[in-house]
Amino acid sequence: MSSRIEILNDGGYRSDGRRQYELRDMTFDMSEQAGADGSAIIAHGLTQVLVSVFGPREAKMRSQTLHDRAIINVEVSIAPFSTGDRRKRARGDKRILEFASMIKATFEPVVQTSLHPRSQIDIFVHVLQQDGGVLQACINATTLALANAGVPLLDFVCAVTGGVHAAAPMLDLTTLEENDLPHVTVAVMPRTGRVTLVSMETRLHVDRFEEIFRLAGQAGSVLHKEMRAAVRERTKGVVDAMGSGLRTSDFAEDAMMDDT
Amino acid sequence: MDVDPFDDLGSETFRLTCPGETLTSSQAFMRGHGTYVDNEEVVASVAGIIERVNKLVTVRALRTRYNPEVGDLVIGRITEVQPRRWKVDANSRQDAVLMLSSVNLPGGVQRRKLESDELQMRNFFEEGDLLVAEVQAFFSDGAMSLHTRSLKYGKLRNGQLVTVPPILVRRLKSHFYSLPSGVDLILGLNGYIWVSKHVKDSEQEGEEGFDAEAVYSNQNDDIDAATRTAISRVTNIIRILATHSVPLTDVVLLEAYEWAIEQEVDVKDLLQEDVSDALVAAVTARS
Repeated sequence: MSSRIEILNDGGYRSDGRRQYELRDMTFDMSEQAGADGSAIIAHGLTQVLVSVFGPREAKMRSQTLHDRAIINVEVSIAPFSTGDRRKRARGDKRILEFASMIKATFEPVVQTSLHPRSQIDIFVHVLQQDGGVLQACINATTLALANAGVPLLDFVCAVTGGVHAAAPMLDLTTLEENDLPHVTVAVMPRTGRVTLVSMETRLHVDRFEEIFRLAGQAGSVLHKEMRAAVRERTKGVVDAMGSGLRTSDFAEDAMMDDT
Repeated sequence: MDVDPFDDLGSETFRLTCPGETLTSSQAFMRGHGTYVDNEEVVASVAGIIERVNKLVTVRALRTRYNPEVGDLVIGRITEVQPRRWKVDANSRQDAVLMLSSVNLPGGVQRRKLESDELQMRNFFEEGDLLVAEVQAFFSDGAMSLHTRSLKYGKLRNGQLVTVPPILVRRLKSHFYSLPSGVDLILGLNGYIWVSKHVKDSEQEGEEGFDAEAVYSNQNDDIDAATRTAISRVTNIIRILATHSVPLTDVVLLEAYEWAIEQEVDVKDLLQEDVSDALVAAVTARS
């Protein structure tokens, strides 16, 4: 396969100036979205995803309610303006439904659903911009949103896309690279190293698979550090804000007692 | 275990944790809420503050749904009318249940329930109605059962609802509170707060002017413009404090209200960022 742009030049740089194993810039925004129990906006380079989590709450679909655990409901919407060629996808689009079921399958073994019988956890994923690695961004954003909503999780889930050019493996592909290279998305739980999702939509040589798989797993633990730092910072911010308020009222009560 | 991993708990800073972080060995400690055991280790499952009582380790999540306890005062909204019971949304993980047998019916506390009561349940509470109630008990699946068997509880009217994260409402001596400007507050422990027109002392429950017929009324009383403004001002203050994660207590609310009056800020201008920052700074710095 020959491409018009050079995927990896002789100096070992990719089309956007990264090295082979370099990840793109990441930003995590965990501030509150109105009405949602937890939400997160995450950006991997130019790919941007917003996830809102509602619940656990009373299951609205009676027929699907499970008496021993919560059900997870994932809905994905892809903004028409998120890609280069503007196009509107229907909500019932098969590809989007499959995407949603992949996210659901990734989180079902991670969320402790048995703690919330007869309830439902709604995960709404909005893809705002796409430039490769949409699935990894969706999974990472969902992890942060769930943690933000206080939903019990066994561990973080960190996903990274890996691809191979000629014989050179690469991480965190852009659209440009994804179109030309065989690639695989791997989601890991860093504490135990368990893998909750492997998704491959292109053909990849068996001999290359192991290396990419291992690399993506390692990149997952790098990502984990960043995500954990984001969650910690968020938690600390809220605790500090609450702490300052708490102290005031305690002092006030003491003062009132002195008066009497 | 040689070293106590919680030695630093006594210090001023809270110990924070994230899902998947190992806290301690499960042989020396017991796992509480927000944790699970894996490979003889106690591991956190939510992001929040680590708390320890003797050998029990729990993690309290900061932003989460309301965890009900018996005796809590909650505010809820009717979502469904079912045979002999109402379903109530109370910001919990499942809808709460209000049994027909645990409400006061008009015509005296001691009145017997009749079959006709079952047929006209919508005369008491309809879908969408707001009510204040107390958590009475739990069902086996963790759903809570409410009761309104006190004249203080029942249908809400003459006011406005504000929703805040439940962790910001702490248990107080009384969750009914009157601000001096003719505004009554009910701080539900589930994070629902009812701000309404003040009920005169003579018309309070048990007093002469108490209108028992109005308990299930759907009609608002006349509310004058000044009271309406005061109600909106209080709701906006609560919204601001909630977005800045300031725990709501009667003291804080009163201070914030006085500040807003002193500064002569227009009600709608309160929500502007610089004004709300100034308000929070004033409230947290004062006293």
